[in-house]
Amino acid sequence: MRYSFLSVLKNGFTGQSGWKPAWRDAAPKPAYDVIIVGGGGHGLATAFYLASEHGIRNIAVLEKGHIGSGNAGRNTTIIRSNYLLPGNEPFYEWSMKLWEGLEQALNYNAMVSQRGILNLYHSDAQRDAYARRGNAMRLAGADSELLDREGVRAMYPFLDFDNARFPIQGGLAQRRGGTARHDAVVWGYARAADQLGVDIVQNCEVTGFLTEGDAIVGVETSRGPIRAGKVGLAVAGSSSRVAQQAGLRLPMESHVLQAFVSEGLKPLVDGVITFGAGHFYISQSDKGGLVFGGDIDGYNSYAQRGNLPVVEDVAESGMALMPRIGRLRLLRMWGGIMDMSMDGSPIIDRTPRPGLYLNSGWCYGGFKATPASGWCFAHLLATDTPHATGTAFKLDRFRTGHLIDEKGVGAQPNLH
Amino acid sequence: MRIPCPYCGARDASEFAYLGDATLTRPDPAAPDADEAFHAYVYLRDNPAGAHSEWWYHSAGCRRWVKVARDTTSHAIAGAELAGGAR
Amino acid sequence: MSRLPSGGRVDRARSLSFRFDGKTYRGFSGDTLASALLANQVRLVGRSFKYHRPRGILSAGPEEPNALVELRSGARREPNTRATVAELYDGLDAASQNRWPSLALDALSLNGLVAPFLGAGFYYKTFMWPAKFWESVYEPAIRRAAGLGRAAEGVDPDHYDKAHAFCDVLVIGAGPAGLMAALAAGRAGARVILADEDFLAGGRLNSEVARIGDEPSHAFAARTVAELASLPNVRIMTRTSVFGIYDGEYGAVERVSDHLATPAPFQPRQRLWKIAAKRAILCAGATERPIVFGGNDRPGVMLAGSARSYANRYGVAAGKSVAFFANNDSAWTSAFDMKAAGVNVTTLIDIRREVAPALAARAKALGIDVRTDTQVTGTTGQPIGGALTGLAIRTGGRGGRLAADTLAMSGGWSPSVHLTCHHGGKPVWQEDIAAFVPGRTPPGLSVAGAARGTYGLGDTLAEGARQGSEAAGDLGFTATRPDLPATEDTPAGITAFWHVQGSKGPAFVDQQNDVTAKDLGIAYKEGFRAVELMKRYTTLGMATDQGRTSNVNGLAIMAELTGASIMETGTTIFRPPYTPVSLGVLGGHHRGKDFRPTRLTPTHAWAAEQGAVFIETGPWLRAQYFPKAGETDWLTTVNREVKAVRASVGMIDVSTFGKIDLQGRDVGAFLDKVYINTFSTLAVGKARYGVMLREDGIVMDDGTTARLGPEHYVMTTTTANAVKVFQHLEFCLQVLWPELDVTLASVSEQWAQIAIAGPRARDVLARVVDTGVDVSNEGLPFMGAIERTVMGGVKARLFRLSFSGELGYEIAVPARHGEALARALMTAGEEFGITPYGIEALGVMRIEKGHVSGNELSGQTSAGDLGFGKMASTKKDYIGRVMAARPGLKDPDRPAFVGFKPVDPSQRLRAGAHFLTIGAPADMAHDQGYMTSVAHSPHLGHWIGLGLLKNGPARIGERVRAYDPVRGNDFEVEVCSPAFIDPNGERLRG
Repeated sequence: MRYSFLSVLKNGFTGQSGWKPAWRDAAPKPAYDVIIVGGGGHGLATAFYLASEHGIRNIAVLEKGHIGSGNAGRNTTIIRSNYLLPGNEPFYEWSMKLWEGLEQALNYNAMVSQRGILNLYHSDAQRDAYARRGNAMRLAGADSELLDREGVRAMYPFLDFDNARFPIQGGLAQRRGGTARHDAVVWGYARAADQLGVDIVQNCEVTGFLTEGDAIVGVETSRGPIRAGKVGLAVAGSSSRVAQQAGLRLPMESHVLQAFVSEGLKPLVDGVITFGAGHFYISQSDKGGLVFGGDIDGYNSYAQRGNLPVVEDVAESGMALMPRIGRLRLLRMWGGIMDMSMDGSPIIDRTPRPGLYLNSGWCYGGFKATPASGWCFAHLLATDTPHATGTAFKLDRFRTGHLIDEKGVGAQPNLH
Repeated sequence: MRIPCPYCGARDASEFAYLGDATLTRPDPAAPDADEAFHAYVYLRDNPAGAHSEWWYHSAGCRRWVKVARDTTSHAIAGAELAGGAR
Repeated sequence: MSRLPSGGRVDRARSLSFRFDGKTYRGFSGDTLASALLANQVRLVGRSFKYHRPRGILSAGPEEPNALVELRSGARREPNTRATVAELYDGLDAASQNRWPSLALDALSLNGLVAPFLGAGFYYKTFMWPAKFWESVYEPAIRRAAGLGRAAEGVDPDHYDKAHAFCDVLVIGAGPAGLMAALAAGRAGARVILADEDFLAGGRLNSEVARIGDEPSHAFAARTVAELASLPNVRIMTRTSVFGIYDGEYGAVERVSDHLATPAPFQPRQRLWKIAAKRAILCAGATERPIVFGGNDRPGVMLAGSARSYANRYGVAAGKSVAFFANNDSAWTSAFDMKAAGVNVTTLIDIRREVAPALAARAKALGIDVRTDTQVTGTTGQPIGGALTGLAIRTGGRGGRLAADTLAMSGGWSPSVHLTCHHGGKPVWQEDIAAFVPGRTPPGLSVAGAARGTYGLGDTLAEGARQGSEAAGDLGFTATRPDLPATEDTPAGITAFWHVQGSKGPAFVDQQNDVTAKDLGIAYKEGFRAVELMKRYTTLGMATDQGRTSNVNGLAIMAELTGASIMETGTTIFRPPYTPVSLGVLGGHHRGKDFRPTRLTPTHAWAAEQGAVFIETGPWLRAQYFPKAGETDWLTTVNREVKAVRASVGMIDVSTFGKIDLQGRDVGAFLDKVYINTFSTLAVGKARYGVMLREDGIVMDDGTTARLGPEHYVMTTTTANAVKVFQHLEFCLQVLWPELDVTLASVSEQWAQIAIAGPRARDVLARVVDTGVDVSNEGLPFMGAIERTVMGGVKARLFRLSFSGELGYEIAVPARHGEALARALMTAGEEFGITPYGIEALGVMRIEKGHVSGNELSGQTSAGDLGFGKMASTKKDYIGRVMAARPGLKDPDRPAFVGFKPVDPSQRLRAGAHFLTIGAPADMAHDQGYMTSVAHSPHLGHWIGLGLLKNGPARIGERVRAYDPVRGNDFEVEVCSPAFIDPNGERLRG
C-alpha cells in the first residue's frame, strides 16, 4: 500500500479500516543469503539498501525484541554532517544527502527537518577549531558557516549573551543539519525493506554462531538455527557481547548516555544548538518538547539508565546557556547503551571470521549515520569492498595506527 | 553511584575520575610480540555485561587509584581496594 | 460545583484572591487552584493537545492530564502547571494555554472536525510532497499548533538550591502506610526522612471519611504527624517529591517557595535533595483509572475518588448533580461520602450485574438511584465550553438518558509503582485487583500500602507499620510495632472493565494527547502492537502526565484486540522523574557567572589595577593584554607589549601552569618512563624541556622539569593539562610501577610564578633577589633552576627559562607572596620600562619562536609530527613508545609542524585554514593539513603562522594555498621554518 494524502483521506471516510500492517511480522526461514543481526535503524537500512541497491532480496533482519527498541528509539534525533577528519566527513555528508531524499525513497514521512544546527564557540581557540572544521566540511561538499556573536544573537536572541561565565563568541552553523523523527526512520526503513521482500523477524535473539572451520555460516537464535551466506552485525550497544560469541574481542566499551525531554511548549528553539562551554545540546520536537542531552555518564554500563551527576551537569549547562528555561520541567530521562569505540569513530568492516561482518562503534553519534551506515554496510556485504565514503572505518586501524580521533583524547572511550 | 573508597569511605562517584578495565597489565615492552601485546592492552576490551573490575581515581578526595568491583548491568558494587598495596 | 457550607481541611478564615484568565476569584488557604476553580464553578480550564477539545478537571492530584495552566507571568511563567497540585496563594495568577483567541472559543478546535482523517500516525503517511514543503509549509504549521504552554519570557529570576541528606529510612509518601512506617522506624530511633509531594501530610486520610480508632482519619493523620514532628530523629518534608531512584541515592525536589507569590528573601524557589538512605519504603498510594467511553473527556467528567477528595478535603461540591460510573466498590464509598458531605449524588451506574448487598442497601438508604449492569455510552454538553449536561446510558440492551453536570467515574486503581521501575523492575499484573503491582524493586526499597495493591485501610496501616519496624530492625534498631487502631474496612470488589463498546463519539484513552480507542485500533491494524510500538505510534502515555490515567487502559484495549493477556501484552517502563522536575532546580546555583568556578591568579588584583583585560582560559581568568590610555584596539596593545619585551623587559603571571612536586629515590627513573627524553641524568640545579606521550603514542603534554635536589624534582605542565597529567602520573606510580620510591604532590596552588623576559630581565631579577644571590650567566645559566630567597627572605625558586625566546626567568614564590612579587618586579623594572604583558603577547612571542602550544598539542599529533622525533630516547622504554612505532604514526606523509608566511605580506593569516597544493582541487582528497596558530609579528611586520602540513619539513620554501572559505580567505602562503626569530637561541643564552 502506498502512503499518500489520498490514502489518508480515503481511510478518513472509511473509519480507518483500510490500513494494513506496515511490515510483516515474519517467521524465520531456515536459510538466507544475508542475515542482519539487529533491527535498529542501521540494520533495517542495511537490509533496505541491500535489496534496493544490490538486488539481494533473500535477507532476514533478526531483532531480539521489537524493531527500534534499542538506540534507534532512544536518541536525540539530530542529523548533521559537521565532522572534522577526512575519515569521517565524507561519510556523514553522504548520510546527509541520503536523509535529504529519504522520505521519497521510503514513501514514509520520517520528518527529516533541516532547521539547522549551531555549535557555539566561547574562545578564540574554539573559533579556530570550528573554522578548521567548517573548512573541512566545505572540502567535503557540505555547507558550513562561521558566525560571530551578532550572527548567533540574530538566530537565538534568548541565549545568555550578557552574564555568561563563558561568553558566547559565535558559532559554526550547518543550515542543512536538523532533526528527524527517530521512530519513523525505523518504521520507514522496515516498511520499505519489507516491501522488497526482506523478512523482519522480531523476538529472535541471536545466541551463537554456526561455523564451518573458521567461517561463520549462520546464527543460533532463540527461534532456532538459521543459516546464511553472510552475517552482518548491527547491534550497537551490544557489539562486544555478540562479537564475543564469535570469539572476537573488540576495541570497544559500552557506556550509558542519557537523554532528556521536557514538557511540551510552544515553539522556542527552532534548530539544534550545542553549547561550547559544557556538554549540552538541545532541540525542540514538532510536538513541542525540548529534547536535550549531554555527556555520557562515563563508566562501563549495560544498564540503560544513568545517574544524577550527569543530569545536573546537563541542567547546569542548559541554564547557563538559556536561563529562561529554569521554570520548564524535565518530563522524562532515559539511557541508551553506546558502543564507545577506542577512537570515537565507527567500524564498518569485515572481521577475521570469514562470513562475519561488523557495523559498530557508533559512540553517541549513530542516529545521524543511519542512512549512510546502511548504505556502506550493504555495499560491504554485497561486494566485499568498503564503500568509497567508509574506507577509513577499518577494524585493524587500531593496530596500524590509522586512527580517526575527532576529539584527540586517545584510547579512553569515556572521553570521546 | 557511591564508591566505597578504602581511604575515605563511601563517596559520590562524581568525586572520582573513571579509567576503565582494571584487569589489564602493561605488557613487557621488550618482548618480541610487544606490538601485538600493546595493541591488545591499549585497545581491546572484554567489555563484560556483568562483573567488571575497573579503575576509579579519587581526584576530589585522597587521590588514590581504587580498583572497584562493579556489575555493569546493575551498577551494584561488590567491593573496592587501593592500587599498589599499602603504600 | 460550589463550596459546601462546611467541612474540608481548608482554612475558611483565610480567604485568598486569585485570577484565572484575567478574572478575579476567591479561595481559601489549603485550596489548590483546581479546588478553588471548582468552588467558583469554573469548569472549562484547558484545551487538549491535538484536537483542542475543551477540558476541565479530571483529577485532584499529579495525574491530571487536562487542567494545565500557565502559572504566574513574565519571567516567572510556568507553563503546563497542573491546577490540581498548584497550591493556592494570595494573588495567584494563572491563564489557560494552548488556545487562541480564547479558552471558550478556540480556533484550532476546528481540528476536531477533521479528526476522522487525523488518526494515529497520519502524519507519517503524508506531507511528503513536494519534498521542500516539509520545512517551509507543513512543519512550521504543525509546530505552531503543537506544544502546550509558553516558556517564560526572560531570565528566571529565582534561585535554586541543592542539598545532600543521609538517613536510615526514607519513607516516600505520608499517607496511612507512610505515616505508620515512619512512626515505627522513628520510634525505634532510626534516622527517618518522611517525604510527601503534597503540602498536607496524610494522603487519602484527608480525602476519605473513615474512622481510625476513635477519631476521624484526618485527625489521626494530624496527630501522627505531630508525634513524628516531635521526634528529633525524624524529618518531615512536605512539598517534596522523590522523583527518581538512582544508584545509591534518591533524587527529590522540595518546593520551598512555590506556594508563595515570590520566594522570601534569600530563600530558593526549590531545592534539589540527593538523599542517601540505607532503606526506603515506598508508600506512594494509587491512582484511579478512568473508563474509556464516547465523550468521556467533557468538563464535568471526573475521577470518582477525586470528586470525593474535593468534597472531603476541600469542602467543594464537584457539581450540582453528580452521577457515578464504575466497575468497583470504591466508587460506591466515594458516592456515599459525598452524599454525606452534602453533595447532590443522584445516580450510581455500575457495569456489574451484582454488587455487595450492603452497598446497594446503603445507596437505597441515601436515596441514590442505582443502575447496575449499565454503561455510559455517550455524553451531551453545553454548546460553548462543552461542559457536561447529560449522559446516554445502556442497561442490558436498552438505552436511556440521564441529566447530570458531573460524572464521577472509576475503572479501578493503579498502584503508583513508578519508582519501583527506576532500576529496570517490571510491574506484574495482579488479576484479582485488576492492577499492576511492583515487580523487582531497587536495592533497599520495599513497598507498602496501595502502592503494592493493598487497598484496605487497616491492612495499609499494618503493612506500613510492619515495614517501618522491619527496616529499622534490619539496621540494628530495636523496633516495636506501633499499636494498630481499629478501622472500618471498606469493600474493594472489582470487575475488570476498560472500554464501553459501541459508545458514541470519540472515546479517549489518553486525554492530554487525544489518543482514542480508535487510534489503538489503527495501531493494531498496522502492526504496532508491542507496547512500546503502540505507545510511540499513537503517543499514548507520552504527555506530561506520562500516562498515569491512560497506560493501563491502553494496554488493556490492545490486549482485547490481540487476544493476549495484559501480562503478555506487557507494560511500558516508568522512567524518572516521577513527576516533572524544573530544569532550574536541577541546575541549582550553577548558572550565569556561577556556572563554573572562576580561578584567579595570585596577581589578579594587581593586574586589574594595571588595567588588564581578562579572558577566560579554561577555569582561569587571565590577563589577556594591558591596554594603555589611547590604545583602542587590542593589536596595538599587543604589538607594544611584544616590542617592549624584545627591546627591554616584560613580565607575566604564569602561575596557571601545572606544578607537580616529585620526591623520592626513584624520581629520575620514573620521569624516564613518562617522558620520551631522559631526566635521570639531569644535574641538580638544572631544568629540561620534556615531552610526554599517552600510551597510544600521541603527545599528551610538554613542559619543563627541574631537579632541585638529588631526590627532588619539580615538573611544570601546560595550564590545560595540569589535572590530566597529575592523574596520569599517579596512575603510573600507583598502578604501573608501585615499586618506585616516588611521592607526588600537586603544588599548582601553592606557588605563584611570574615570568620576566627581555634583554633587561637579568637586571630586574638582580634587584629582587636577596643579597648574595648570584643570577649572573654563570650563577644561573640557561636552563638553570635554583632555590634562593627574594624580597628579603621570601623563599623562591628561580628558573632560567624562556617561552618568548628572550633572556628569561621564572620566579616562583609561595602563592601568598605572588602579588608582592609582582609589585616588587614592577618597582625593580621601572627604570627599564618593565611592561606587564598578557597571554596574547605571550602567544605572539611563542609563535615567533616556533614553540608548540595547546593548538598543536591537539591530542592528534605525534612527537614526530611536532618535530620532537629526535628528542625521543632510543635507550629506554617510555609510555607510548611501542604504539608510536605503528605505521600510521610513522607515515612520512603525516602533516608535520612548520611555519608559514603570507606571500603577500599584507594578508592576514587565520588559524583553521586548510592547506591545498596550488592548482589542486579544493576537496577532501587534496587536503594537506591546516594552520594551527597565527600571530601578527611586530618583529617581522606581518602575520605569521604555524601549522601541520603533509611532509612539511621537506617543503620549506614551497608555496601552498591557505584555504579558509568559512571566512572568505583563499591565498598563497610560503612554507618556512617555524622559528621566525633568533633560530639559534642566542638571545636566551645571552
